[in-house]
Amino acid sequence: MTKKQLLIGAILLLAACLLPFVLSNYRTFQAALVLVYAIALLGLNILTGYNGQISLGHGAFYAIGAYVAAILMDQAGAPYWATVPAAGAACLLVGFLFGLPALRLEGLYLALATFALGVSMPQLLKYHHLEKWTGGVQGIVIAKPEAPAFFPKIGLPLNPDQWLYFFTLAVALAMFLLAHNLLRGRVGRALVAIRDQHTAAEVMGINTALYKSLAFGVSAMYMGIAGALGAIAVQFVAPDSFNVFLSITFLVGIVVGGLASLSGALYGALFIQFVPNIADEISRAAPWAIFGIFLIAFVYVMPTGVAGAVRMILARRKST
Amino acid sequence: MTAEALLPQVIAGLATGGIYASLALALVMIYQATHLVNFAQGEMAMFATYIAWALINAGLGYWPAFFLTVGIAFVLGVIIERIIIRPVENAPVLAVVVVFIGLLVILNSVAGWIFTYTIKSFPSPFPIEPLFGIRFMSPHQLGAIGVTLGVLALLYAFFRFTPLGLAMRAAAQNPESSRLVGIRVGWMLALGWGLAAAIGAVAGMMVAPIVYLDPNMMGGVLLYAFAAALLGGIDSPGGAVLGGLVVGVLENVLGAFVIGNELKLVVALVLIIGVLLVRPSGFFGRVHVSRV
Repeated sequence: MTKKQLLIGAILLLAACLLPFVLSNYRTFQAALVLVYAIALLGLNILTGYNGQISLGHGAFYAIGAYVAAILMDQAGAPYWATVPAAGAACLLVGFLFGLPALRLEGLYLALATFALGVSMPQLLKYHHLEKWTGGVQGIVIAKPEAPAFFPKIGLPLNPDQWLYFFTLAVALAMFLLAHNLLRGRVGRALVAIRDQHTAAEVMGINTALYKSLAFGVSAMYMGIAGALGAIAVQFVAPDSFNVFLSITFLVGIVVGGLASLSGALYGALFIQFVPNIADEISRAAPWAIFGIFLIAFVYVMPTGVAGAVRMILARRKST
Repeated sequence: MTAEALLPQVIAGLATGGIYASLALALVMIYQATHLVNFAQGEMAMFATYIAWALINAGLGYWPAFFLTVGIAFVLGVIIERIIIRPVENAPVLAVVVVFIGLLVILNSVAGWIFTYTIKSFPSPFPIEPLFGIRFMSPHQLGAIGVTLGVLALLYAFFRFTPLGLAMRAAAQNPESSRLVGIRVGWMLALGWGLAAAIGAVAGMMVAPIVYLDPNMMGGVLLYAFAAALLGGIDSPGGAVLGGLVVGVLENVLGAFVIGNELKLVVALVLIIGVLLVRPSGFFGRVHVSRV
């Protein structure tokens, strides 16, 4: 990173920290959700954008993360912060295992298999033998975490929404740094090489099977962490909120934000959080009509997404 | 589990299987023409069924509405190929899949927008009284299987005996050579889409009396159709029909005796992944060998 980039990063971080003090509680909550989606999109981007494995069912891992967090809090009385790494670990494992058979599937067929996973997930969550833990169709209600007692003592009383925002911001930062370091070096180059020239990558000595299933695991881990944070934020999990349209929402996010780009995750998250809110006022069907039109339009006109457009504008300004 | 308990489940499975088979047939059509799996096939069928519903409500009889809908669906299929699919014909798989998903959500939301999300009933053309003294299967289910087999026979005849069918097969198998002998390959692909949309419309009109008409009615059916098409071999029309029937029976028998009705979609998931892993070419599909 250059000095200039560091400076911009620091300014953005400062702005992000000041945000909850100028916004209303509801807007702060929405901002926290944007961060949650950004983590999720980061995960999907590692798999689809960088490694070229198409997943139309990543909402399933988001759901698993959300349920792991909710069940741990509801049944075991675990503190909310401990459920986040637990959800991440659970999804890392499940994602890695799903990634093993997925190794044999290429392109279209992987899309098909993951699509099936996304469609059938709500049924699995409703399964009556699991109802003891999952609460069946009703789902699970979670209490909102309070800010630690430490903050009022230093003269900074945070309400629950503000605290949740900062908690999510901290996790999101950590996840962005992790992704940045992971993709910058050897692993990132291997993933991209597998995406662009599978056979050549293998000939170069890259263990494609290992990297592909690891990419699946890591991206599922991101989804799981996002799912846990999302569940804590909305204080509720239910099977029907994790249908295949959630997976498609994430796809919209990475396509609009920008494939194979870290900053794209943030643009995409802003898009999927706020555009449906605005479009909802037109008609119940409008958000999805807009999502669909944007999906197709971006493939035609702006395949690198918003992040790519921003990069292009910056490059142009530099050259003039 | 006795034979008496098993038989009705098998027959009911065949009945639903007939519907999966017709949608699977539509998937195979597009795969044969373009080597793509159309994720929007279910929503295209749903949309066509809404058109049929609107026509019937406007006072048309069932069969005129049926054939008019099939015609409209054909034209819409051709238009979709020409306008939306053609620009990404040679694009990477990801771009194509994203366009399909975009199409899926657009059709879904536009149907919801125009026709609202309230569930509607859709008429069946078949009588209510049992046909031929068959008790286990309603006349509609029997009729739906008949219609599916009829469509299959028509398709077979079309591809086997007509010059246009031959041209379409040639265009799919070897586009370059076909172009050299004067076949308009682009239009053959569009025709393939039109046919698939028309078959999908038939499937939609056959399934709607059973699952009722709403914008999300095809979600589960599409998944079974995927499983059926894969099981039969994604490039084999006959295999798709057989696959549809097998999937229908498996779904019903497993649902009734083994895993319960709650996990029926999971059966499709396991089938899809299982077939792709164990025998990606299905029963009758061609084994693909790619050259490095």
